[in-house]
Amino acid sequence: MKHLLRQTFRSGKFLVGFVIFMTILLTVLIYPLFVKDPPLGIISRGTFLAPGIYVNVYDSMNSSPRYTLILEGAASRRVAGKLGDDDRQAMQEWLVAKGVPEDSIDIADTAGLIALWESNFDPSLRLPGMTNADRNYYIRLTASLEGLLATEDAVVAAANPETGALEEIGVITQTDYVNVGEVPNSRLFVLGTDNFGRDVLTELVSATGVSLIIGFVAGIVATTIGLILGLVSGYIGGLVDDIIVFITNLFTVIPTFVLLILISFSIGQEQRGAFTIAVVIGVTSWVWTTRAVRAQVVSLRNRDHVNLSKLSGHSVAYILAMDILPYIASYVVMALILQISSAILAEAGLSILGLGPRTTEVPTLGLMMRWGLIYQAHVLNYWWAIFPVILVIALITFSLNLMNTGLDQVFNPALRE
Amino acid sequence: MKDNTVILSGRGVTKVFGFGANKTVAVDHVDFTFRKGEIISIVGESGSGKTTLAKMLLGLVSPTEGEIYFDGELRDIRTHKKKREYWKNIQAIFQDPFSSYNIFRKVDAVLLDCIRMRGGGNLPYDEKLEMMKRACSFVNLKFEELTNKYPFELSGGQQQRLMIARIFLLSPKILLADEPTSMIDACSRATILDMLMGLRNDIGMTPIFITHDIGLAYYVSDTVYIMEHGRFVESGTADQVILNPKEAYTRRLLSDVPKLHEEWDLSTV
Ligand SMILES: Nc1ncnc2c1ncn2[C@@H]1O[C@H](COP(=O)(O)OP(=O)(O)OP(=O)(O)O)[C@@H](O)[C@H]1O
Ligand SMILES: [Mg+2]
Repeated sequence: MKHLLRQTFRSGKFLVGFVIFMTILLTVLIYPLFVKDPPLGIISRGTFLAPGIYVNVYDSMNSSPRYTLILEGAASRRVAGKLGDDDRQAMQEWLVAKGVPEDSIDIADTAGLIALWESNFDPSLRLPGMTNADRNYYIRLTASLEGLLATEDAVVAAANPETGALEEIGVITQTDYVNVGEVPNSRLFVLGTDNFGRDVLTELVSATGVSLIIGFVAGIVATTIGLILGLVSGYIGGLVDDIIVFITNLFTVIPTFVLLILISFSIGQEQRGAFTIAVVIGVTSWVWTTRAVRAQVVSLRNRDHVNLSKLSGHSVAYILAMDILPYIASYVVMALILQISSAILAEAGLSILGLGPRTTEVPTLGLMMRWGLIYQAHVLNYWWAIFPVILVIALITFSLNLMNTGLDQVFNPALRE
Repeated sequence: MKDNTVILSGRGVTKVFGFGANKTVAVDHVDFTFRKGEIISIVGESGSGKTTLAKMLLGLVSPTEGEIYFDGELRDIRTHKKKREYWKNIQAIFQDPFSSYNIFRKVDAVLLDCIRMRGGGNLPYDEKLEMMKRACSFVNLKFEELTNKYPFELSGGQQQRLMIARIFLLSPKILLADEPTSMIDACSRATILDMLMGLRNDIGMTPIFITHDIGLAYYVSDTVYIMEHGRFVESGTADQVILNPKEAYTRRLLSDVPKLHEEWDLSTV
């Protein structure tokens, strides 16, 4: 036993798979200890906030200490942040379309460009080929140019609660800085927010946990059914064997996923909890385990050690448990690993079709993909709402399959290097 | 030692494996009568159906055709309980000791099974220990060195002797020994045979040796059955069959053992 364990961890493939899987598992277990937000809590008003650190503006203006830093190029970066190259290009296009000679426009000269724009732009003018969206964009752009080149300080004012008149409470210069760590309210969105305004990372960790549980439950269900049917069918033989083989063959020719879709559909949205889905996946995927176990048992049942056990007066149950099961345990473990990874994929497939667990309780990897797809995260380039989910699914199945082939190497001496 | 009660007999016993193109008639309508205390050998070349016949006698394989009689009655092993009773009377040593043990169970578990089979399951452990030690010393094994070992950690000869220790504990009426000496050198072969012969004398067991070695059959047995392609082609006392063979097949088997008298020192029997 100890020897087998050592062999297992000496297999490079197994080790890599194990490390990846354990990293994922530990993240799922440890993350909630630090981030206690509900995974489906809606945090942001807007949807699909990009990943980054969000700093409370009010707090950074009012309470946190302010520092003065003299940084080179700060002003030009400020301008560039508001008036990007794309914007300059668009302005040039508009101006040219209006009839301003192209060589009189220098888009690198911010002050000149703005002056030219202010003297020419007319929001009511409709140039040929300009859509409504384009016009709104130009209007927005014009508004944002307001005070772009200002060098004066900004004055912060608040309404006096008695008189209602605005009173100056502070001045912000362009060289004022706050230390993000000192602002009482800031929030890191490592993976931004999703279409509902939920923190994608928190949701993803929770979804990974739920998906792993679904995979595990489905894997256990499938392996248990497959193991029992395979043992009974292979060892007892005769009519029982014929019936089980017939049923197994029947299930082999029906595509499992179609069956899964039909069952999920007939259960109905309200009844479909994550656990139900896991059981349904398990109940539809025992076929290969049954076949593999049966084949193994058939080759074992006439071995002399089984005969010796019979001659020692042991019961069928004892022989199955002690003389057959230990010999096929490695295959069963490998089948279980494969079942887990394919159950996670099956849940993802079902959820993308809208037949997965109902959406109100827990996130799953499949549901996150579904939301990402429905709200077009992939088309609108909100990569953070869908790509990490795909990556996690890929990593889980990759690591499980890697462990599986690693185990194959350990259990099958012919594959050892 | 020998009396004339028939302990095991069979009529038209046949085993057919597979069907159609894969059909193999492993044992083909054999008749036999084994008497109590008699030493029997079944001799035949590889694939002649010896092991299959033995498994039918043991009730591990059911015959396709024919009847087997045990203790004068038609053998009935249709339920698990009846099988268990039957197996108290008939035991076996299998051809390949390496594959005869469950590799996940330790040596003492194998012996404890035998004590339980003989109805000693509820004995105090000390008594069981004593029985196991006695069985081991009978076959020249040191129980203390074996208890915590797995069968695959023993040598082929030790495994074979452990198998005999099993038989010692079980003391069945019939022992089917399928090539009991195939795994061992000539010297320990004689020891093994001596042990089996000792057991026969102690507990009145009827041994049935299954072998392809006609010299061995001559050395140990009273009655010899020669098996070819699933049939008994010749049978009779060892002297009849081996010293005056009627069948060409028997003569061919004999010709593989050139120096019959020299190789087996008959005086040690
Ligand atoms: N379970 C089985 N299924 C199909 N055919 C079998 C089976 N067991 C034995 N046979 C066939 O029956 C024939 C007799 O086999 P058996 O094992 O009885 O031979 P044997 O005399 O014991 O040979 P050996 O001396 O090599 O042990 C062989 O042709 C073998 O291929
Ligand atoms: Mg054989």
